[in-house]
Amino acid sequence: MTEEYIYAVARVRSRELSLLSRQDVDQLMACRSVEECLRTLSDKGWATGSPEEVLAAEEEKTWAFIRELTDDLSPFRVLLFPTDYNNLKAAVKAVVTSAEPHDVFLPGGSIPPETLLQCVREGDFSPLPESMAAAADSAYHTLLQTQDGQLCDVILDKACLCGILECGQESGSDILRDYAELTCAVSDIKVAVRACKTGKNRAFLDAALAPCGSLSMASLAGAACKSLDDLYAYLAVTPYSEAAERLKESYSAFEKWCDDRVMDLIKDQKMNPFTIGPLFAYVLARRNEISTVRIILSGKLNELDDGMVRERLREMYV
Amino acid sequence: MENFDWSTMGIVFALIGAVLAALMGGIGSAIGVGMTGQAAAGVVTENPSLFGRVLILQLLPGTQGIYGLLIGFVTLTQIGVLGGTAEMTLAKGLLYLAACLPMAIVGMVSAKWQAKAAVSSISLVAKRPDQFGKSMIFPAMVETYAVLALLISILAITSIAKIPV
Repeated sequence: MTEEYIYAVARVRSRELSLLSRQDVDQLMACRSVEECLRTLSDKGWATGSPEEVLAAEEEKTWAFIRELTDDLSPFRVLLFPTDYNNLKAAVKAVVTSAEPHDVFLPGGSIPPETLLQCVREGDFSPLPESMAAAADSAYHTLLQTQDGQLCDVILDKACLCGILECGQESGSDILRDYAELTCAVSDIKVAVRACKTGKNRAFLDAALAPCGSLSMASLAGAACKSLDDLYAYLAVTPYSEAAERLKESYSAFEKWCDDRVMDLIKDQKMNPFTIGPLFAYVLARRNEISTVRIILSGKLNELDDGMVRERLREMYV
Repeated sequence: MENFDWSTMGIVFALIGAVLAALMGGIGSAIGVGMTGQAAAGVVTENPSLFGRVLILQLLPGTQGIYGLLIGFVTLTQIGVLGGTAEMTLAKGLLYLAACLPMAIVGMVSAKWQAKAAVSSISLVAKRPDQFGKSMIFPAMVETYAVLALLISILAITSIAKIPV
């Protein structure tokens, strides 16, 4: 099992040489315009076109590479679930509101958006994975009966997080399990913070929070119902104490901290030559650099101050 | 069974020893070279210019098979299977079997572990081709123990004939 990825890991090691380093990011920051950034990226082997086309092409390149390395993409569902559930949300809302979906589906999910749309239109969710089918059915009927889009989102978001956790635990890989746990915990913290700021009640939090091993849902929901200070006090006694500090700074500092934690999690994979871990780490590293490039391009496009952009830049994998 | 001449079994045990040395060393090397071959192919897919360097690393776990073959060959010569005659008692046969075991066991185990070290070194070369020299050292350290086993097996095999048993 551990030795079936030797060829794939060796290819990933070679590809890691072309990942953007901190120096490359500094070089991009030094560019005076979006066009100059795109030219610099093109020199480093990135696709050409408009910023959105370049970023989409790079994401697709990553998955094409992974598909070339392994036929079994099931361990990567941890990363594909958010796209699938986002498309499911779009499909449910499009069908319920009788709107024709235009540019609402994200590319790169494990289930084609057309399949999702057809399932929702026919009310037959059997072609979907069991847990997704149950969530889709529930969200669809809830939206039909209540016309409450947020409730529909809550059902699907929670199902997505539960799916990620389950997939991570079933994978048998430490890095997938830890990534799933971190993703779920961080999402729960985000939900709790937003719910606290918008004054949501306990019933909403109980419905929205996905149970994970490193946080107590009862304590998190209880603290979020009281005040932000109570929420930060609870987080301070969990493995996410630093999250509370970053949240006090700003929400963007917290989001940067979340992404940097993922980079910390995958850094050990640079020394692992055998398992699926380095493949998974490579996908996350590519996502991270795409996200970093997106931040830089947005900054250039909107003529934001360099300092403001720099404080949002993520740690790089290499 | 009471009339069975156990001394005739000497040659059988000696031959088992020779076969085990060649067999287990060969199995270990086949597994090892297969593993390193996968890693080497992965690196060459991305960067064909590294072929020469990763080929050397791929071949490192192959030596245990050669050592096993050598021990098997020397044993067959000593016990008279490859020509000549050799007086073979049951005790001598068992001694030859025991003498072959270091190479057989250490050969198989070290080939697999050397392969793991070599796969890691191939990854190192993929990322830092200029560190090829250092990358050779790590798997080569494992070779030490295969060489020690080879040495003790050869010394034992060539000395058994002189033992009056």
